[in-house]
Amino acid sequence: MSARRVVGLETEYGIIRPSMPRANATVLSAQIVDSYAQLVREGAGQVRGTRWDYSEESPLADARGYQVERSAAHPSQLTDMEPAEQPGMVWTAESVALDAGDARVGQALYREEYASDVVMNMVLGNGARFYVDHAHPEYSSPEVTTPHDAVLWDQAGDEVLRRAAAHNDQLGNGVLQLYKNNTDNKSVSYGAHENYLVPREVEFSALVSVLTPFFVSRQIICGAGRVGRGMLGNLPGFQISQRADFFEAEVGLETTVNRPIINTRDEPHAVWDKYRRLHVIVGDANLGQISTLLRVGTTNLVLSMLEAGCAPQLELIDPVGALQQISHDPTLRATVALRGGKRLTALEIQRIYFEAAASHCAKTGADDPATEDILARWEGLLDDLERDIFSAADRVDWIAKYRLMSSYTQKHGVGFDDPRIALMDIQWADLDKQKGLYYRLAARGAMDTLFDEAQINQAVLTPPTDTRAYLRGMALQRYADHVVAANWDALSFSVPGARKLNRIYLTEPLRGTRAEVGALFDAEMEIAEFLDSLPPRL
Amino acid sequence: MTQESFSSRKQQQGTEAEQEFTQAQGSGTEAGVDDLLDEIDSVLESNAEEFVRGFVQKGGQ
Repeated sequence: MSARRVVGLETEYGIIRPSMPRANATVLSAQIVDSYAQLVREGAGQVRGTRWDYSEESPLADARGYQVERSAAHPSQLTDMEPAEQPGMVWTAESVALDAGDARVGQALYREEYASDVVMNMVLGNGARFYVDHAHPEYSSPEVTTPHDAVLWDQAGDEVLRRAAAHNDQLGNGVLQLYKNNTDNKSVSYGAHENYLVPREVEFSALVSVLTPFFVSRQIICGAGRVGRGMLGNLPGFQISQRADFFEAEVGLETTVNRPIINTRDEPHAVWDKYRRLHVIVGDANLGQISTLLRVGTTNLVLSMLEAGCAPQLELIDPVGALQQISHDPTLRATVALRGGKRLTALEIQRIYFEAAASHCAKTGADDPATEDILARWEGLLDDLERDIFSAADRVDWIAKYRLMSSYTQKHGVGFDDPRIALMDIQWADLDKQKGLYYRLAARGAMDTLFDEAQINQAVLTPPTDTRAYLRGMALQRYADHVVAANWDALSFSVPGARKLNRIYLTEPLRGTRAEVGALFDAEMEIAEFLDSLPPRL
Repeated sequence: MTQESFSSRKQQQGTEAEQEFTQAQGSGTEAGVDDLLDEIDSVLESNAEEFVRGFVQKGGQ
């Protein structure tokens, strides 16, 4: 029993070009990724990047045991192809420019001389992936083994985006503003996904039954807060979650339409018959470090109980309705109906999961520091939420935002329907540290943190040491010229004089660590010798 | 196209509208918040209404 587990976090960022309100979002996203690619090419700070290898992707495999036909899939589900290869989308510099509805964007972005060389998708020297996902720039963190490291490499992603925006500006391509949020309040949502490695033998139906009440209630400890209710945000009020109103199903494969609380994508990016990758799409993107920590740490504990067969068995009568009822009540008094006639608050549901986790950890002697820290913080937070929600404003994103807005409404005698409150909701998530309200508040010491700027800057450049991300990231740092493609579970090298590419498979997420291959990097070998020295199977 | 489909939940909006929006009461502000509130009008984008209207994203995952 432990809060440790192989985890990776993905963030799709909101993006605008203020001087051009109707600029095409995909173009802007390509522009930000390409700016970072140029920064990398210039060799700034030893950041290295390479192109993405799509050959191992299988986004249409369903964890319930079948494969969706390509023809039946929503085009946005075809994430295993370069956007250029997708049906009905010929991705040339010209079409990008035309699609923008404004040729100036295209010309500024894709000048003829490097029109064929726009980078849409790259792997970074810290082991992360940075790419254009639909109409958003997305950072997918490297694989880590603790909730604390998940926070660190997630925060590093925010810094990658900031550097990309700054470089874009330096290149004379104009100002792009980036937002770590999940909705524009105009019917549209974009995700912050979590990925958890789970043994294949865990029944998917058990994941669904145990995780549904947990995810429905988890938002009270890590929601990001949102002004307005409904997908259009047209109903007044403040709610706990950015994402809750965009969910319509309990279980399903889709992530862009008819979103399910439990996503069934079965694409482990690892040995298929040993592992599942639980793909969680119901969470909010967090700026706050403690909110991210608890989002991942408590989920790890619940998965651990599930694997041991001792997780609480609760059944909500209407999970989608409950997700929204809980989100819509920042007083935390809303109760939701369970099978068997009981009604519980989100706090009571969280308390049940916490008590079970604490007692299971006590029984099995789980006393590693990461697990102890998560249990202590989870309990302390539930106690605080019970007493006075604002006492948790230094740790929980939605409460920090809600407190700032409530104080503003009181000071100015306005309501939550004031346009300045709607603006604060957006600007809360602005990644620019001078403008973003989260950062302004954090700079005043009002937010509890785990990592400082120096540590985050370091994680922009270096991979975690205890997963395969180490081998991936280090290969890019040391042998960038030879890495022709990379993805989560493979690396392809070109070796001078060799006719074929040398492909290394990384299907075990806990292989390729510093303990295993660090000495090979330290030895500073030529590429051929390095590849020969790697263990034959990783 | 990755735009949302929001038709199926539209019918529910009637009932949601009838719900009261309850605002939490509590120990309001601390120094950091008061500080930020004092300068917030110089930090916020200049035309709130226009900015909010112009913040349009395409659907994602």
